Amino acid sequence: MLRFTVRRVISGAILLVAISIAAFFLSHWAFPNPASAILGDNATPSQEAALNSKLGLDQPIITQFFSWIGHAVTGDFGTSWANSRSVTGELASKLPVTLSIVIFATLISAVVGAAFGIVSGTRPGSAIDRVVKMAAVVLFALPGFWVSLVLVIWFAINLKWFPAVGYVQPAKSFAGWLDSITLPAIALSLGAIVSVAEQLRNAVVRVNGQEYVRTLRSRGLSRGRLITHIVRNASPAALTVLALQFVGLLGGAIIVETIFNLPGIGAVTMSAANSADIPMILGITVVSVLFVVIVNLLLDLLLGIVNPKARTS
Amino acid sequence: MTEALTADLDSRATRPGTVWRRYLRRPAGVIALAVFVVIALIGVLAPLLSPSDPNFVTLSLTKAPPSAAHWLGGDSSGRDILSRLIWGTRTTLYGALIAVVSGLVVGGPAGVAAGYFGGKTDRIGTWISDALQAIPGMIILLIVAAASGADFTIIMIAIGVFMAPGYFRIARSTTLSVRNEPYIDAAKVAGLTDLRTMSRHIIRAVYPPIIIQTALTAGIAMGMQAGLQFLGIGSAVVPSWGAMMNDGFRNMLTNPLLLLWPAAALGVTIAVLAIIGSTLADLISVRTDRATRRQRTAATRRRTAMAGSGGPASGRTVYDIAGSAARIENLRVSYAKGDTDIEVVHGITLDVAPGEVLGIVGESGSGKSQTVFSLLDLLPNGGNAVADAIWINGLEVTGLSTAARAKLLGTQIGYIPQEPMSNLDPSYSIGFQLVEPLRTVHSMRRREARARAVAVLERVGITDPERVMRSYPHQLSGGMAQRVLIAGAIAGRPSLLVADEPTTALDVTVQAEVLELLRELQAEYGMALLLVTHNFGVVADICDRVAVMSNGHLVEVGDVDQIFEHPADEYTAALIGASLDESESRRELDERHAGHPAADRMAAAPAGASTERPASVVAEHSRGVMSR
Repeated sequence: MLRFTVRRVISGAILLVAISIAAFFLSHWAFPNPASAILGDNATPSQEAALNSKLGLDQPIITQFFSWIGHAVTGDFGTSWANSRSVTGELASKLPVTLSIVIFATLISAVVGAAFGIVSGTRPGSAIDRVVKMAAVVLFALPGFWVSLVLVIWFAINLKWFPAVGYVQPAKSFAGWLDSITLPAIALSLGAIVSVAEQLRNAVVRVNGQEYVRTLRSRGLSRGRLITHIVRNASPAALTVLALQFVGLLGGAIIVETIFNLPGIGAVTMSAANSADIPMILGITVVSVLFVVIVNLLLDLLLGIVNPKARTS
Repeated sequence: MTEALTADLDSRATRPGTVWRRYLRRPAGVIALAVFVVIALIGVLAPLLSPSDPNFVTLSLTKAPPSAAHWLGGDSSGRDILSRLIWGTRTTLYGALIAVVSGLVVGGPAGVAAGYFGGKTDRIGTWISDALQAIPGMIILLIVAAASGADFTIIMIAIGVFMAPGYFRIARSTTLSVRNEPYIDAAKVAGLTDLRTMSRHIIRAVYPPIIIQTALTAGIAMGMQAGLQFLGIGSAVVPSWGAMMNDGFRNMLTNPLLLLWPAAALGVTIAVLAIIGSTLADLISVRTDRATRRQRTAATRRRTAMAGSGGPASGRTVYDIAGSAARIENLRVSYAKGDTDIEVVHGITLDVAPGEVLGIVGESGSGKSQTVFSLLDLLPNGGNAVADAIWINGLEVTGLSTAARAKLLGTQIGYIPQEPMSNLDPSYSIGFQLVEPLRTVHSMRRREARARAVAVLERVGITDPERVMRSYPHQLSGGMAQRVLIAGAIAGRPSLLVADEPTTALDVTVQAEVLELLRELQAEYGMALLLVTHNFGVVADICDRVAVMSNGHLVEVGDVDQIFEHPADEYTAALIGASLDESESRRELDERHAGHPAADRMAAAPAGASTERPASVVAEHSRGVMSR
């Protein structure tokens, strides 16, 4: 298990480094002249040259790269070109908001998706199975922000069950925080719920037809015990989908935040992109990929626990 | 979910003409397709259909309600909503087309190459695909939008690139699955180059899942496109549903209709694409679902009506009910196929007494396994058994509920399957799988159950039971796994043991040992043993009586000696002849293994003569195969 873990950590680190390198060069390629983007069209060449030298943009790109990555590995992503604030500090204040709704949405998807997947997988062809399948087909493709709009109108404005917009710090009021992230998280999770449900349902049907399940039955195990065996064997597919969904949720959160007016990384990302704020762009990209890598690592470890073959071979 | 939809595809089931005809029989699919065709026409014909210029501002039209001139009213800037909706359709479709084409161009060929060439090509391609999936696309899209000055085409190409892993994975897995098909080998042998092989054969297999993937990709691309436009990215003069939704969102409280129209347009378009994709996936998948409850009830009714009326039962009983461990009277087994039933066992009668070994012999498809699964009440999905009566240890069980039948399993009836490796749960340790039923079914304490599990493992000839208890199925050899399964079957001390071809999947040398073990256990516990086999050699080794099955009938039942000496039925004689050839070759094989302990023993003690316990011999052998 230890070797398995180490291998996964190393491959995650390689992915993170590779994406960081790609992001650095691509963002400099995408914004070849950030000084003019920052200063506006009316800046004189000498003003641009002064800013370039201040930001170190007059250095060779390779030098810039090593300086950036040297600081980045210590957790220092530099200062924003747009507002001179620390990128790390900005991320530390905005990311928790985004992560609250994304992680909450992931948990909802896992629990609700698993419930629907197991119920419909153990009763293939039943009414609930067909309902879940149809919902899976449609909800999977509908974008989270579309669902958000519907939810806002219905639950927040018509029924007034939840606050329509705004964010409450958990330190201030935990219940208020939960209220403020519930609708965004539900909106975000619907697509992931049905993906997990559909995946698990198909896996449960497949495992249910395996010979070892019949043999387990022949030992007299109760239905509950059998379902435990079946679900454990069916879970890898659903877990993989859940990890993939996490990436999508992170992206979808940006739009959902706009709708619910949450102070997450969505607004920061948009303004950074529009002002060619490369340090901020890189900080956001690297940190989000870091979270994706962590989630994938957790998933791999979970798969290792669930599936002894993955761990021991 | 894309994978779920396309996981069970079979390229052989996908001739375009038949798929199309079957598609037209699906109402949901047909409606979705019709709606999509209408949407596409609206997009293509936008310049003709649009009542006015979508960007023309009429101040009096600002937030105007629907009227005769402007059917859907005006938006917050005084533009005609219907015209913007129609032009927005064009934008949406154009964007989706670009995204789909670029995703397909980037992901499709790469996936086929990765699947076809394997090795390094595959590893690199898969790594890049995984890396792309680890990047939150929305962040990159915002950057692309800013860097390109919100160029719509470039943004949609970028969306396509992020959708490419979907195409890559589908193309790769489909190519992998057909790569080793005989016709691809044939093409290679025939001297076709790689490129021609791929374009001829693999593309043909890959394109159905690609079409399904395209329906999904298009829907998702539309969602992402609208999301970006909703965020205010993109040219203000290009009418789009996303921008319209933004306008509606900002005026949601006062003018909810502004939000309704574009949201409905986007929702309907994505939904019909999803339904088209799912219908196609259904059509070309080979997945057979369990019959619906209604079909099952109808089938049961037909069978119940049929039970009494069928022809005469074949076979006979020897013992009275009180003196039999199991007794089956006029058993019929049938499978529902569509609306008709196919009967595979046509009314058979047999019984077995405590301490007796009854062999059920026949070729594959003769109905022998169906018979024992009916006894166990473990028929596969779609199978149904009816009988005048089934007695287990004097209890009539056909009237019992499924749950009550299940209670007999593991307590009164033990079951040994045919294929050892696929009959152990791969996710649990051997120890867990042995202990769990003892604790939950037999209510033993943990320590007691563990001790029993170790004891039965020792009894079936496993030398280091502690290590095997900790092992997982994939760490065992086939012979070891079969011993574990036998241990599991006898752990609950059943009075009736049912073994379905227990030695067929094993190496020839291990077969003899396992048979020997079964005979000992049966004698030791005084169990009735119902043994299914196709091999008369096995029958000669172990059985007291034998029932010969053919095409769902019992052709002959009798004592082993009598049947071997005077088979009453031609079929029996033929089976015996075939099996004797087989057992002769087994003896030859044993001789070649001369010096092997098991072979020595077999040679020294002819079948049926030995009653001494071969535990040490077995242990020697199993230690050899354990380390894998």
